[in-house]
Amino acid sequence: MSEYIIKNGHVFDPVQGIKGDKKDIAVKDGKIVDKVGSSAKVIDAKGKTIMAGALDIHAHVAGPKVNAGRWYRPEDKHFDSHKVPGITRIEGGKSIPTVFKTGYAYARMGFTFAMEAAMPPLYARHVHEEIHDTPIIDEGALPVFGNNWFVMEYLKNQEIENSAAYVAWILRQTKGYGIKVVNPGGTEAWAWGLNCLSIHDNVPYFDITPAEIITGLMKTNEYLGLPHSMHIHQNNLGNPGNYTVTLDTLRLAEGVKANNNFGRDQIMHSTHLQFHSYKGTNWGDFESGAKEVMDYVNKQKNITVDTGNVTLDETTTMTADGPFEHHLHGLNHLKWFNVDVELETAAGVVPYIYDPNIRVCATQWAIGLELALYAKDPMRCFITTDHPNAGPFTRYPRVYAWLMSKKYRDERLNTFKHADKVISATNLSGMDREISLYELAQMTRAGPAKALGLSKDYGGLKVGMNADIAIYNIDPDNFPSAGAEIEKAFGNVAYLFKDGKICVENGKVVDMGNKHTFWVDAKVKENKQVMHDIREKFLKYYSVNENNYPVPESYAPHQHIINVDAA
Amino acid sequence: MSTITLTVKKIPEIYLECESLNPDTFAGKNAEQIAKLPCYQGKAMSTLGDFFTIEGNAGATATDTQIVVNGDCSKMKYIGAKMTAGEMVVNSDCDMYTGSWMSGGKLLVKGSVHSFCGLAMKGGEFTVEGNAGNYLGAAYRGDWRGMSGGILRVKGNAGSDIASFMTGGEMIIEGSADIHIGTHMDGGKIIIKGNVNRRLGGQLVKGELYVFGNINVMMPGYKKVSEVDLDVDGTKAKFAEYIGDLGERHPKKKGETVYGKLYKKL
Repeated sequence: MSEYIIKNGHVFDPVQGIKGDKKDIAVKDGKIVDKVGSSAKVIDAKGKTIMAGALDIHAHVAGPKVNAGRWYRPEDKHFDSHKVPGITRIEGGKSIPTVFKTGYAYARMGFTFAMEAAMPPLYARHVHEEIHDTPIIDEGALPVFGNNWFVMEYLKNQEIENSAAYVAWILRQTKGYGIKVVNPGGTEAWAWGLNCLSIHDNVPYFDITPAEIITGLMKTNEYLGLPHSMHIHQNNLGNPGNYTVTLDTLRLAEGVKANNNFGRDQIMHSTHLQFHSYKGTNWGDFESGAKEVMDYVNKQKNITVDTGNVTLDETTTMTADGPFEHHLHGLNHLKWFNVDVELETAAGVVPYIYDPNIRVCATQWAIGLELALYAKDPMRCFITTDHPNAGPFTRYPRVYAWLMSKKYRDERLNTFKHADKVISATNLSGMDREISLYELAQMTRAGPAKALGLSKDYGGLKVGMNADIAIYNIDPDNFPSAGAEIEKAFGNVAYLFKDGKICVENGKVVDMGNKHTFWVDAKVKENKQVMHDIREKFLKYYSVNENNYPVPESYAPHQHIINVDAA
Repeated sequence: MSTITLTVKKIPEIYLECESLNPDTFAGKNAEQIAKLPCYQGKAMSTLGDFFTIEGNAGATATDTQIVVNGDCSKMKYIGAKMTAGEMVVNSDCDMYTGSWMSGGKLLVKGSVHSFCGLAMKGGEFTVEGNAGNYLGAAYRGDWRGMSGGILRVKGNAGSDIASFMTGGEMIIEGSADIHIGTHMDGGKIIIKGNVNRRLGGQLVKGELYVFGNINVMMPGYKKVSEVDLDVDGTKAKFAEYIGDLGERHPKKKGETVYGKLYKKL
């Protein structure tokens, strides 16, 4: 494999605490090394910014609901179906891009990893087919457990050991990465035409509450010692006044201790917090609850969060929160897709237009930015757009620019049609903080890598770590003053190294890299009870045979398996 | 106004996507530059110069540009699509997406056009001297935003599913039209001087439909309320007035429900 030496660049690496110092970085055999031979290829990064490859901790980029979005929204990809010169295939789609565009677009922005945020176990094969077809970037997928019949039955009786055995079995069958929870209990309640809008609502039939599901799955997660924590999309998403439910949920983290060998400190990752930080009683008096929520997050150290920034685009919402999508369809009357996934989960898809002329959309935009700006520890607050729910991931450069330039975000804020109302419903106009390049590296590299339990090899530039490196056309000594320039720089890397190979050069994809599928193989003691329950439920309820359930090796030929021993 | 003339010199083997063939892209370019503009045949990119001889220069802006196209364009898509100003005359039949997403200017096709033409048109004038296919002035596949402005006139007949999701503007079919007209319509006006087949104004929320000829099968969601004398596109006559589609949600204005209107010439 080729050797490289990247010279004269400004390095931002939270893992080593390097804040823009000039430092040479040597790359050999896919790793960052101490030194390389004299024949190493020299990359001149003078006047450029060097960071590790970025990690997206939460995005919907592969699987059946993403694909449902693609087939029921042909209009989303209509004008971009042409082949451009080069090695890339046709890149179609804006909010729900093709798998090819997903890989290329992440790579062009300096990303080397994305976590598919919700994998229905029954359709894991589809998720892995798409992951396998997504070029360049590494990916993993989180199976959803928050409305799973097995889980609810075990946790109702506090059977953490059985719950853990079942989770471990699912992770192996689906090649999954960790425990995702979406509207715990609420999606199942919806099968009875109900929902769980607080953490103490009862789930019909199962006689368990969201609070018990959440706590039980956190304990299950720590029992197994998985690399990532329980990853939650909370109850009552997207409704005015929901910040109290959010605080109730976050408080469940108090007293649970992290147990793992991966350097992870948090026991709960609360995702797309923007959708959960609303005050007010209806859309008329709707306002930001970002301060209240972040005040709690800042002091409760065993929680990590991601923002879910609204980007003010036309997009496609999709979630395993079935009742929410039905509710949204009732608000905007646009086409609605829905599916129930047997004993496991459900999903809905509805297009949505975040119109800057609508007060609520503009306020949501401000709340997302406030969350990141209130974060005292950038190692625990990550930037996402909950792609594609709050906006497409391709807008990350713009979100960074809003966070890094007060001038740029104020220009946007002050030109909203209802600017006065948005300003009075939020605190954004009074916030002067501008996120620094170092903080950005924490929020998009070192932070998410640590939260995912990948900090040994990813998210930093220390010797021995994986050579996933993004080099941007940004001179920290002469930081661009115009927002549009910041956007352009973050949207088109000068170079992207993936596993020590140059995959993007001057914003152009030049190599498809060697993408890997990350999954967690957790070993537990043999559990006859759980295996019996699985057999019984497959015989009684599932539409597929147990033998047709697992994801075969051929679906994920390039695996990166993380072993956990909880036996 | 400068006139630029394109004459087909080679009929494309497979359908040619002429997304560059409009006054906006041509503006400020001479014949040589225009010849280098891209057009696609499947995934292969070629140039307008490969298929047309080009004479004259475009004006400085789209408004100052008139484009005349001669020769057989029946295998060419997207002619005049997305134009915002200027004039175009096409002396031929055209394929799909002709005049789609246009928001201004004048586009005259002297032959017939295929399906999906004038999609989501926002403004300007689009006239077809021959016939039009299906989905004329409708929303793009999957989309919920159809024709919202401008005048779309077809001197011959039109196919089915025309003006789906229309929200504004005026569509005049001087001949007849087939089934599914103005489905999901939420504003605008459709005049059909010939006959229509069936499913006229299904799920229509708002807007006006005028039919001079026969309606083969009337939708059950329409109710006759009166007879009125009207002047419709130069024709003075008595029309039966219907309201509908009664099976659909309807907005209220000043406490009164606003229905869609269907006028059938008596």
